[in-house]
Amino acid sequence: MSEVKYSKEHEWIKLEGDTATIGITKHATEMLGDIVFTELPEKGSNVEKDGTAGVVESTKAASDVYTPVSGEVVDTNQAIVDDPSKINEDPEGSAWFFKLKMKDQSEMESLMNKEEYDKFAKESAS
Amino acid sequence: METKKTSLYQLHQDSKAKFVEFAGYQMPIQYSGGIVEEHKFTRNHSGIFDVSHMGQLFIYGNEELVNDLEKIFPLNLKKLKLNHSKYSFLMNNEAGIYDDLIITKIENGFLIILNAACKENDYKILSKLLNNKYEMVLDEKRSLIAIQGPKSVEILNDIIKDVENLNFMTGNWFLFNDQKIYITRSGYTGEDGFEVSVTNEFADKFTRKLIEKGAKLIGLGARDTLRLEAGLCLYGHELDKDKTPVEANLKWAISKERISRGDFIGSDIIIKQLNDGVQKVRVGIKPEGRIIAREKTKIFNQSNLHIGEITSGTFGPSVNGPVAMGYVEKEFSKKDTKVFLEVRGKKHPANICRLPFYKKNYVKGVN
Repeated sequence: MSEVKYSKEHEWIKLEGDTATIGITKHATEMLGDIVFTELPEKGSNVEKDGTAGVVESTKAASDVYTPVSGEVVDTNQAIVDDPSKINEDPEGSAWFFKLKMKDQSEMESLMNKEEYDKFAKESAS
Repeated sequence: METKKTSLYQLHQDSKAKFVEFAGYQMPIQYSGGIVEEHKFTRNHSGIFDVSHMGQLFIYGNEELVNDLEKIFPLNLKKLKLNHSKYSFLMNNEAGIYDDLIITKIENGFLIILNAACKENDYKILSKLLNNKYEMVLDEKRSLIAIQGPKSVEILNDIIKDVENLNFMTGNWFLFNDQKIYITRSGYTGEDGFEVSVTNEFADKFTRKLIEKGAKLIGLGARDTLRLEAGLCLYGHELDKDKTPVEANLKWAISKERISRGDFIGSDIIIKQLNDGVQKVRVGIKPEGRIIAREKTKIFNQSNLHIGEITSGTFGPSVNGPVAMGYVEKEFSKKDTKVFLEVRGKKHPANICRLPFYKKNYVKGVN
């Protein structure tokens, strides 16, 4: 069974086996506005929990993308680099950012579930 | 200090604006459609911009005023016809720019449109330079509303008969609900359009009428992407006290006759720079990939020498790619010169290019 969790930096993470798919939440895209540029980590690189693992830019500003867990980048989504507007269209589906082979699955435990995240997003927006 | 609100504040709220503080005013950065959609709507249809935060300075006087203003602005104001406008600058003795502005000859004087963040200081400088000899009104009782884009002429003409007869950079008084409004054919988007000075009392009503006819409110976010694609300068970014009109590549705005007379504030420096050249100059910069180089991004040449800095950079929705302006050392300012932009520690290739990034023709010779 796959499990989706959320970070305070507005990333979502879906774990299937030892592979985690990571993207940014719909709430994040609403705060950013139209996304016009995306930078992703390099395939084969290692990223550390809470470290930067990419950039998204709106017409207004650049924002770092953080990884909520550590691991090796095994895949990246070239489609959102070629057409960043896809992130606004389907942020929690086809517009995932990268996939990691997780080192330590216990890192999932400190993340929020859907209900906790929705509450957090609502509070942080107001 | 409490932030000010324009007369359209309620309308912005009703239209679900996201607000930002800009030059002491609560201004809409965007509405629910988002910057890209607002930008494209302006290019293809008609966008309304609340620019009531900008200064509307009326100065009244006759021939003596014209002479005194010529000591300040590098324009041939004696030849400026009634209801005709010119782009100009308020400069210091070193030709550094205090503000860029539009000056229009009206009956018994001039109307000068000033940047919001500069208007109070401009007023002080001008009062002092003019020795308080003339009646000067920085009019807070009037709003300023721009309507920009190809459908604007049709929409505005439906409400205000005969505005279609205005040529680019000319204006006139019209009536709206028996109120005198001053309309110029001008703007800051690279599109055909108008700027309307209307009393605060009728600003909301006038704007709702434009919306009824199919125009849409556009925020400051799209205003910035539109002006950048059009290669237009933004004060505080491309222009400031440490930059001259020659360095800013705006010498077209300086009257040749006035240069030969050399009798305006900053003329010594302007003439010297025109004769000897300048160290740095404003250019258009087009990144090769999708990378966006923001303000303060460092520019390098092919030998990795630091040659300049970006002053504005964003994604241009109509160009469908990144666009930027900045200052580089003169020898690297030629079109197609390859440069490198340092973004997040990496150097990305870009080329010096002609401005604007996006061009349409303004309306001339209507009558």
